[in-house]
Amino acid sequence: MQLHKNLILVLMACLPLTGVASGQGGLPEDYCRWEVEDYAIAEPLCGLAGDVQRGQEIASDGNRGNCLACHQLPIPGIEAYGTIGPPLAGIAARLSVPMIRLRVVDTRNINPVSIMPGFYRDPRLINRPGEEYRGRTFLTAQQVEDVIAYLTTLK
Amino acid sequence: MIYFNKAPWFFCAVLLALPTTAALAGEARSGYEYIKPASRAMQDDDFENPGLLAVERGQVLFNGKQSGSGKACADCHGEDGASLNTRDLARYPVYNEDAAEIVTLQKRISRCRDTNTGSKPLPTDHPDLVDLETFVRNRAIGEAVNVQTDGPMAKLLEAGEQLYKTRYGLIDMACYHCHDVYPGQMIRGQKISQGQGNGFPAYRLGTGEITNLHQRIQQCLTLMRAEPFAADSEEIRLMGLYVMSRSNGLRIETPAVRY
Ligand code: HEC
Ligand code: HEC
Repeated sequence: MQLHKNLILVLMACLPLTGVASGQGGLPEDYCRWEVEDYAIAEPLCGLAGDVQRGQEIASDGNRGNCLACHQLPIPGIEAYGTIGPPLAGIAARLSVPMIRLRVVDTRNINPVSIMPGFYRDPRLINRPGEEYRGRTFLTAQQVEDVIAYLTTLK
Repeated sequence: MIYFNKAPWFFCAVLLALPTTAALAGEARSGYEYIKPASRAMQDDDFENPGLLAVERGQVLFNGKQSGSGKACADCHGEDGASLNTRDLARYPVYNEDAAEIVTLQKRISRCRDTNTGSKPLPTDHPDLVDLETFVRNRAIGEAVNVQTDGPMAKLLEAGEQLYKTRYGLIDMACYHCHDVYPGQMIRGQKISQGQGNGFPAYRLGTGEITNLHQRIQQCLTLMRAEPFAADSEEIRLMGLYVMSRSNGLRIETPAVRY
């Protein structure tokens, strides 16, 4: 069974090969560069500080972070969530802030087979984005930092 | 530089050679098995299933004279399509040797309508065509889906599978991820199915509309924040063909009730 699972994972690693980015547009002007070191991004995106309350709203909003599509979050009163990703309660006890940042920004840097969207992935790597999403990141740098600030409270 | 070289790509080249079926668990299961019991009950009840309204509309169109002509589909295929061969209906989409292309059931109906009744052509997925498609497909309810997979179809299915396994849009996932790896898991309260085609055209509770397979695939692409493939494009036909071929052996449920 474990072998089976691994096989699926490795096969999924091959998927991006068929999904060649069509290189639509350049980088948006306000896109902030980020550096990966030791499986983490140490510096906040664009040097911004996050807001915990806004972060929780973004994480549960279906039109913004929509983290609940795949993860369970310890927010009272939320019933519909997903079981595709691991529950995020206690995440800050498991991962450092820079590690969390890389998971939210573009987790495929650590796990190329991941299905989790890169919320601040280089838009040039996105294949066939919808017209209104071309040249855009899933979340803004500020929104990503807000979500991280919220996740940091989940000890 | 922000992107590293990733060792896993290296293994990929090797493992791609493995038959993909090795990773796919089990057999085809209808979306019916994944929907809520209340939706199943709705589908099974001839008074409650809202998709049957589309069947009735299609029936009227089928038996009646087509606009601008004195002929009805029923003139050739019998009242209510009595002489339609349900076995053949279960084979759609089919391959047309002469035109060297994939022909969906709707395309077939549309061509028949244009050439044999002389009425004004309708654009792909016009509500009347979807109603006709629903009515005709419903004639073959209970028949096992039986899409050709050999001959000229083999290559087309490979191309369809390739599209099915490509990531799209801001969500950056492939059809394969949701419908082959995660069936049974929840995505924001909805249970993910295998994304089978046997229930289509189906009534969608989510939109309140009768929806054919190509439209459903376009809706998944939109959900992925991707640019959906256009109606009639080569890509949507290849994807529709591949999805329906995965449903081979499943009973036609048109009109299914789905979220
Ligand atoms: C489409 C599904 C999906 C969505 C949407 C999603 N994730 Fe994930 N996430 C995953 C999966 C699957 C994993 C497991 C690891 C992997 O695949 O790389 C994961 C892993 C994580 C991890 C690491 C968890 C651990 O225990 O190591 C964090 C942190 C995380 N996600 C945060 C988020 C946040 C915050 C959002 C929304 C802004 C989000 N995710 C949206 C699927 C998703
Ligand atoms: C992010 C997850 C996700 C992705 C990616 C996705 N789908 Fe879906 N799809 C769903 C959900 C949720 C439903 C509704 C519940 C169900 O039937 O699975 C659905 C339904 C379907 C159905 C209807 C199944 C039925 O029995 O009613 C088909 C067909 C389908 N998808 C095909 C596709 C194709 C083709 C692609 C790629 C272009 C795709 N999907 C990508 C989540 C996804």
